[in-house]
Amino acid sequence: MLDLTPREYSKRSALTVNPAKTCQPVGAMYAALGIHKCLPHSHGSQGCCAYHRKFLTRNFRDPVMASTSSFTEGASVFGGGTNLKTAIKNVFSIYNPDIIAIHTTCLSETIGDDIPAFVATAQVPEGKLVIHANTPSYQGSHVTGFSNMVKAMVKYLAANSKTPNEKINILPGFVNPGDMREIKRIMKAFGQEYIMLPDTSGVLDAPMTGKYEMYPKGGTTVDEIIDSGNSMATVALGSFASSEAAYELEKKCKVPGKVLKTPIGIKATDDLLMAISKLTGKPIPAELEEERGQVVDIMVDCHYHYHGKKVAIFGDPDLVIALTEFTLSLGMIPKYVLTGTPGDAFEREVKFMLEEAGIDGKVKALGDLFALHQWIKQEPVDLIMGTTYGKYIARAEDIPFARIGFPILDRSVHSYLPIVGYKGAMRIIEMISNTLLDRQDRDAADEDLELIL
Amino acid sequence: MENILTNDILEERKGSIFCNSQFKNNLKCDSHSVAGSVSQRACVYCGARVVLNPITDAFHLVHGPIGCASYTWDIRGSLTSGSDTYRNSFSTDLREENVIFGGEKKLGAAIDEIVQRFSPKLIFVYATCIVGVIGDDIEAVCKNAEKKYSIRVIPVQSSGFAGNKSMGYKAACRALLKLMGEPKSEKLQGVNFLGDFNLAGEIWIITKYLKQVGIGIVTKVTGDSTYKEIMNAPKASLNIVQCAGSMTFLAEEMEKRYGIPYIKVSFFGIQDTRISLMNIANMIENKETSDRVKKLVFVEELKIRAKLSQYRERLHGKRAAIYVGGGFKAISLIKQFAELGIKTVMVGTQTGRKDEYEVIRSLASSDTVILDDTNPAELEKFIKEKGADILVGGVKERPLAYKLGIAFCDHNHERKHPLCGFEGAVNFAKEIDSTINSPVWNFV
Repeated sequence: MLDLTPREYSKRSALTVNPAKTCQPVGAMYAALGIHKCLPHSHGSQGCCAYHRKFLTRNFRDPVMASTSSFTEGASVFGGGTNLKTAIKNVFSIYNPDIIAIHTTCLSETIGDDIPAFVATAQVPEGKLVIHANTPSYQGSHVTGFSNMVKAMVKYLAANSKTPNEKINILPGFVNPGDMREIKRIMKAFGQEYIMLPDTSGVLDAPMTGKYEMYPKGGTTVDEIIDSGNSMATVALGSFASSEAAYELEKKCKVPGKVLKTPIGIKATDDLLMAISKLTGKPIPAELEEERGQVVDIMVDCHYHYHGKKVAIFGDPDLVIALTEFTLSLGMIPKYVLTGTPGDAFEREVKFMLEEAGIDGKVKALGDLFALHQWIKQEPVDLIMGTTYGKYIARAEDIPFARIGFPILDRSVHSYLPIVGYKGAMRIIEMISNTLLDRQDRDAADEDLELIL
Repeated sequence: MENILTNDILEERKGSIFCNSQFKNNLKCDSHSVAGSVSQRACVYCGARVVLNPITDAFHLVHGPIGCASYTWDIRGSLTSGSDTYRNSFSTDLREENVIFGGEKKLGAAIDEIVQRFSPKLIFVYATCIVGVIGDDIEAVCKNAEKKYSIRVIPVQSSGFAGNKSMGYKAACRALLKLMGEPKSEKLQGVNFLGDFNLAGEIWIITKYLKQVGIGIVTKVTGDSTYKEIMNAPKASLNIVQCAGSMTFLAEEMEKRYGIPYIKVSFFGIQDTRISLMNIANMIENKETSDRVKKLVFVEELKIRAKLSQYRERLHGKRAAIYVGGGFKAISLIKQFAELGIKTVMVGTQTGRKDEYEVIRSLASSDTVILDDTNPAELEKFIKEKGADILVGGVKERPLAYKLGIAFCDHNHERKHPLCGFEGAVNFAKEIDSTINSPVWNFV
């Protein structure tokens, strides 16, 4: 497979081949699922909604509910107002959510539908809420859509009622439910009250009870989102997915915000812990210090497995930036670093890290996997880290491959296990080491095969 | 029963759901979905893409924002015996400035870039929602490219909002007709096999049977087919149509244009496979072929009889719910379940037509619930109330079934084992058995 990819790199201006991203609405839908009793609503044609549900279902292997305005030709000529009003009425009467989170599609954006105006004249039952985010698919990527929806939650709901709650807002960014659980565990270890927004744990990793719940127990409650305006501070993890909402909270409710990297690897996790400690005046919990010591111990045990190995990393910008930092700290060489999401900031930040480490690597935002494959053909790497789509390249070039990021469609359990925090660092080291060692075992001559490595 | 149908069902949806005994010959189907319902349906573009995608040496260029290409990248798991060009994802990845100033230039440039790098013979250009709205003239861009490079560049008019998935099937069929072109005077012995997409290698099983009884395949539409093969389709003597939902339109058009008659077939389940092979032989009107079919059926059935009866013992008395894309597949499934001693208690489709629902009705029990374009809330309701042990459906239905604590069988894009023909019937029984009789349900 992928016989088509030529080694010679030439600039393309119009053609994307094998994308490393997808469109805004799916990110918005994922974020909206992190509100308790929320039904995401896709304002556009049916296909978009079906695709996004399917995509998320494949990644999380849990039911993903969302409704659609079911645009037809009429709606796309005369506007989707009638469809949206009918949809709101129907959704509340049959699915009975506490809140509907509407996101737009490229179609409804292009015809210029004014969502707030439609909602203002829709029948919203007493005590129920409707929020919206503009998520045109021709801007940004799914990460932008996630960011826009989280910002919308703050914009519509957060309020400063002048009654401080002494909580910290945590914006976890576009990470798995397992990661959100891990960050919550860290906050609990601090004994610090928090509001996590959004929180898909308990929704997309809900336990099996033999009963189907349209709205599982998890998710940030509407009351918590409102109350986030009274928190002492906001910690936004991942600038691409979380900074906009943090700025909005600061602007709207005067809650000071701090933007950190997604806490992948020792340094980024240290930064998160230090930030929480500084904000709260609480010491770093002993159990977390112990975990950090374990990670360092593991790094000492394993460093010779991966030191000096070249790695290609691709995926969502926040994750890739943090992974680049982590692999550098492991003594690896991030040779190619690519995201499909547009953004000069990504290239600046990663290039700076590589330059500091004296590494001659290639960095690209708004890139695709065809470009990554061409780079690898020119000079191969020892390991590829990225989403499921990387497996074609890994196979074509016979390179070990560690699945990390969104989406992972061909493996399960990944969304339950964290990659953030010290626990996550352990898991990533295990992933990297074992992937490389499996390959070493596979390729070793009989006389070189060893029991102990 | 009356209760089941009146409680918790949207007023607008009531015409689309019936208990079989109360079926009044006016099931509402083939119509637009209700806004706000969690529909399991997809769009025009999706329909077009799934039909055309299995042409293995074609370049499928999706003209629109990135999502449309991303979500349909390698969508079907259609296997290939030759080129795997079709498994790549090509897109114009429209950005804001293209939406404002028009995307025709970018499309033209993307075609240029494909031609410069890959020397293609055939490119399909798909119009997505937004292209329909901003009014890009993809016909003109494709025509120019054809002239410039002397290759086939075929527009697929598949703006997502212009109907539902079945409109997309039509758009794909129109593109195929464009490719097939004028009637050909040369005739070839053999049939075209329409509406199999070679999921898990299914088309290889059926072509093997046909070859054994002496029937040649001229063109496969579209599983594991090539540009050249499709061009030969007008020369065939008979069209056999498996996926009726997507291909009846093409078969009808080919009858008009090229004088090729068609019959509907289904290779799901022993009974349908047997009948379909016999029908094809009858159409060919050749006694020898009929005899060979009889022999093949006898031998193949004998091979699997013991295996199947083992499974039948383990499955007898179970209850099945079906929710699949097309009506024809649902019909086959009801029969196949009956062969295994399983009763179908609920059956629905995304795009079934009135005549298909008639057949479903005649096959199903009087208390079976029949429904069109359903949604998760209804699925949950009827699965529970009818006490189904298993749901057959597609990717979005899988976790729903699991959360309800019942077994699931994917009979859609993600099937990993061939489910057609005689060996497929065994695979099907095996799959149903492994999910219904999994020890995991003891923990629920």
